[in-house]
Amino acid sequence: MSSPQEIKLTVNGKAERLSVRPWVSLLDTLRHHLHLNGTKKGCDHGQCGACTVICDGERILSCLTLGVMKDGSEITTIEGLGQPGNLHPLQEAFLEHDAYQCGYCTPGQICSGVALMKEGHANTREEVKELMSGNLCRCGANTNIIDAIMAVKDGAHE
Amino acid sequence: MSQPTLPHTQAEIGRPRRRIVGVQKVTGQATYAAEYTPDDLLYGYVVNATITRGTITGIDERAAREIEGVVEIIHHLRRPKLGYFDMQYSDIDAPPGSPFRPFYDAEIQFAEQPIALVVAETFEAARYAASLVEVTYDKAPFDVDLHKNLDTARKPKKGIDSILKPMPPDDYGDFDGAYAAASATYEGEVYHRSQHHNPLEMHATITVYEADGKLTIYDKTQGTTNSQIYISGVFGMKMSDVRVIAPFVGGGFGSGLRPQYQLVMSVMAALHLQRNVCVQLDREQMYTFGHRPETLQRLRFGASADGKLTAVSHEAFAETSRFEDYHEAVVNHAGMLYPVENVHLEYKLVPLDRYSPLDMRAPGGLTGVLAVETVMDQLADQLGMDPLAFRLKNYTTTDVSSGKPYSSKELRACYEQAAERFGWDQRKPTGKHPQRGNRLVGHGMASGIWDAIMLPAKATARLTTEGKLLIQCALNDCGQGAYTVMSQIAADELGLPFEDVTFEYADSKLDASPVQGGSFTTGVVGSAVKAACFALKDKIFHLAQILDGFPLGDALLPDVTFTGGEIVLNADPSVRIPFTDIIAFNKGKALEVSKTNVPNPFKIKKYARNSHAASFVEVEVDAQLGVVYVTRAVTAVAAGRIMNPQTARSQILGGMVWGIGMALREETLLDRQLGKFMNTNLAEYHIPVHADIGELDVIFVEEKDEIINDLGVKGLGEVGTISMAPAIANAIFNATGKVMTQFPVKLGDL
Repeated sequence: MSSPQEIKLTVNGKAERLSVRPWVSLLDTLRHHLHLNGTKKGCDHGQCGACTVICDGERILSCLTLGVMKDGSEITTIEGLGQPGNLHPLQEAFLEHDAYQCGYCTPGQICSGVALMKEGHANTREEVKELMSGNLCRCGANTNIIDAIMAVKDGAHE
Repeated sequence: MSQPTLPHTQAEIGRPRRRIVGVQKVTGQATYAAEYTPDDLLYGYVVNATITRGTITGIDERAAREIEGVVEIIHHLRRPKLGYFDMQYSDIDAPPGSPFRPFYDAEIQFAEQPIALVVAETFEAARYAASLVEVTYDKAPFDVDLHKNLDTARKPKKGIDSILKPMPPDDYGDFDGAYAAASATYEGEVYHRSQHHNPLEMHATITVYEADGKLTIYDKTQGTTNSQIYISGVFGMKMSDVRVIAPFVGGGFGSGLRPQYQLVMSVMAALHLQRNVCVQLDREQMYTFGHRPETLQRLRFGASADGKLTAVSHEAFAETSRFEDYHEAVVNHAGMLYPVENVHLEYKLVPLDRYSPLDMRAPGGLTGVLAVETVMDQLADQLGMDPLAFRLKNYTTTDVSSGKPYSSKELRACYEQAAERFGWDQRKPTGKHPQRGNRLVGHGMASGIWDAIMLPAKATARLTTEGKLLIQCALNDCGQGAYTVMSQIAADELGLPFEDVTFEYADSKLDASPVQGGSFTTGVVGSAVKAACFALKDKIFHLAQILDGFPLGDALLPDVTFTGGEIVLNADPSVRIPFTDIIAFNKGKALEVSKTNVPNPFKIKKYARNSHAASFVEVEVDAQLGVVYVTRAVTAVAAGRIMNPQTARSQILGGMVWGIGMALREETLLDRQLGKFMNTNLAEYHIPVHADIGELDVIFVEEKDEIINDLGVKGLGEVGTISMAPAIANAIFNATGKVMTQFPVKLGDL
C-alpha cells in the first residue's frame, strides 16, 4: 500500500488539490474526498454507467479510472452541469419528460447524454439508443430518457 | 354588482405533475443511503462464505489486521449481543419460518453467506483487508437443484403474509372429466430460473451512533418503519432509540421489502465500536440475498369447440430456503381471469440450500400469468380463433374462483382501446410468417391482473401557523412518485394550491407506514392522508363555527367549500374565512390531527378487487440468428382513478420494460455443483438497455371503483409488467410458430 499522492483536479471549474492514495478510484475521489455524491456508484465495475462524468470533454466511467491517473484533468460532474434555478437544458428536459424514477442512474444518464450530443455521432433516435446503452436504467424510464435527449438535440430546450 | 363566484381551485388529482423531488434528482442533490457525511465515518466491507453449507472452524484475521486503517473485524465470535427468539428477527414482509441471523453462529446455510465484516478508516482499506481474512470450514453436503428434488415438494406453511399472498383455492368442479371431454387441450410446462432485483443503487446503510447511545440510521429500504422494527427486535433496543431515515432509494423492486444484511452489520459495528459506520454491498453481493424464485409450472388447459375454457389444471413448484417458506400466489390467476368451472390448482415449495427468495416486482403474478396467457394462445391457435376473440369469449365480470363480483373491471375497455391503438386487425394468423427484410414479424397480446390490496395506515395533517398544510408519514418512495401523489391528494382535500402543501416523509419517527410495495401505496397511504386531511378540515371548521360574530351562522360542513386557503360559504360566497384567521383565533397555534385509516372489511370483502391490463406487442425475429426485437407495444391499464398521469405513465412504461426483461433477458444461472450463482454482475445478468426498447405506448382506461377505497385507486406498480411478458412470448409464437416454454427466450429456442 503506497502513500498518498498530491494531485490537482479542476472539478466543475474549481481547482482542487487533493491527497489520495493510488488505489482510490476517480469515483471515490469525487464521492469520499470531495463529497460530490451526485456521481453514483452502481456497480464499481464499469457495467452500469451510473458513475459517468465528463473528463477533458469526454464521457468516462469514473469507477474504472483511478484518481491519480487524472492528475491535471478537468472534470465536470452532474453538480457542475446545472444547479436548481440554473438547470442545463438536458436536466430541464429530464424533468419535462419524467426521464427518471428512482433517480439513481440519472446523473450518469445526463452526463452521458450531454457528452453524446457533443460527440456528434448520434443523429437518429436509433443511434442515440445504441450509444446511450452503456447507461442502464432499472426503473425502465428508457423511452423517456431517449425522448429527453432527442428533444434537446432537436433544439426544443435551447 | 354581481355575486362573487366561488374561487376555482384546480383539481390536483388527475393532473400531470412533475415530481416534487425532481430537481434534486437531476442535479445530484438527492442523497441516497451511502451518501450522508457524519463525522469520522468508518467503512465496513462484508466477507462472504466460500462454501455452500457447513460450519466455520476458524477465522484468521492476522493478515487483515496488518492493513493500515483497519479498526475491527466483526463476526459470530466478536459482536454485540443478538436476539434469541425468531420473532426478534421478523419483519413486516417475513415469510413463515426462522429468519436468517447474520453473524449469529458458525453455521453456513447457503452460498455466499455473510460471515464477517471488516471495519476500517477507508473503504479501500476495508475492501482489501476483507480479501485477506482467512476462514476455514467443515463442509457439509448440500443440494440446490429444484428439478432433482421435485419429489420433496410440499405445501407452504401459512403465515401472516398469506393475507397478502393468498393460497390457491381448493379444487372445484371436475377437472379430469372436463379435460377428457374438451375439444381442444394443451399440456405443457413453463419454467424460469431465479432472477435478481438489481436496483441500480447497491444496498447500503450508514448508522450514526449518537452521543446518548441512540441510533440514527440511513438505510436503503422500502420501509423505514420495517427497518426500525427489525433493528429494535434484533438488538433488543427501544423503538424510540432507533430512527431510520430513507428519503431517496435508488430502486427497490422488492429488494428493500425486507431489511437486508448490510443494515444489521452496520448497526452491529456501530454498537460494538460506538462509532459511525457505513456498510455498502458490492454488486456481486447484491446476488447473495432474496430473489425471484426459480419456478416450474405444469399446465393442462381444455376448451370446448365453441371457444369456452372448460378445464384448468395449474401446478407450480418453486424453490425456497430450508429456513423460511417464501411463497407466492402463482396458480391463482386463470380462475380469476376466466370463468372456468373445472379447476385443479397446486402450489408447492421445494426447500433447498439457498437463501430465501423475496418478492420481486409482480411476485407470483408475473410467473403465473406468463404461463396462463401463453397457454391461452396455444388453445386459441388449436381452435382457429383469434387470441383476442378467445379472451373476449371467456370474459367475466365475476371472479369465479371466489364467486365474488369484481368491485370494478374495465379489462374489456383495455382490450378494445389497446387493440385499436395497436392495429390488431393487421395481425396475420400464425404460420403465415410475414417478413420484414430477414426478420419474421409477429403480433401477440395478453391480459394482466393484480390484487388491489388494502391495509391500515396512519398519517398526520397540520395546518401551520402560516395557514399552509404539512402532512407527515414514515412512508418512503423508491421512485414510483408517491411523494408527489400524496401532496396532490392532500391539496385537493383541503382545497389548497399544490405549492402550499409540504410532505414530510421517509423517517421512522413519523406515523408508521407499511412497506412500499405490492402496488398498494397510493391506495393505502393515500387513504390515510385523505382521512387525516378530512379530520383536519373538520377541526378547522369547528373553530370557524365559533369565530367572533359567527360569520358562518348555522352552516354545517357540507354547506361550505374549502378552496384557495379559505372556507367559503356556499350560500353566500362573499363570506370567506382565510385559514390564517382560524390560526389567529387559535392564538397563533398550529392545528394538527393524526388519523389511522382502516379499510372497511364488511364493504370490501364482498368483492374481488383487482387491477387489470392488456398488452399488445409486435416483435421482429431475425430469421437466421433468432434475435428477438420488441419493436412496439401498447399497454392499456384499468386501475381505478389515475392520480398523476405523468408519473403513472412512467410506472407502466417501467413495467413494460420489466416485461421485456422477463421474456427476453433476465436469469441468474446456478452452478449446481458449487451451489452458487455464476453471473453475479450487470455484464452477465442482462437487464434491458436503451437499444432493447422499441416504441412503448400507454393507455389508461376510465374505471370508477367506489368499493376499494375513498380515492377509487387500485395501484400500478405490478400490473403493467404482468401482461407484457406473455404478450411478447405470444408475438414470438405468431412470428415463428414456435411455443415458448422457457424464459428468458434464448437464441437457441428459435
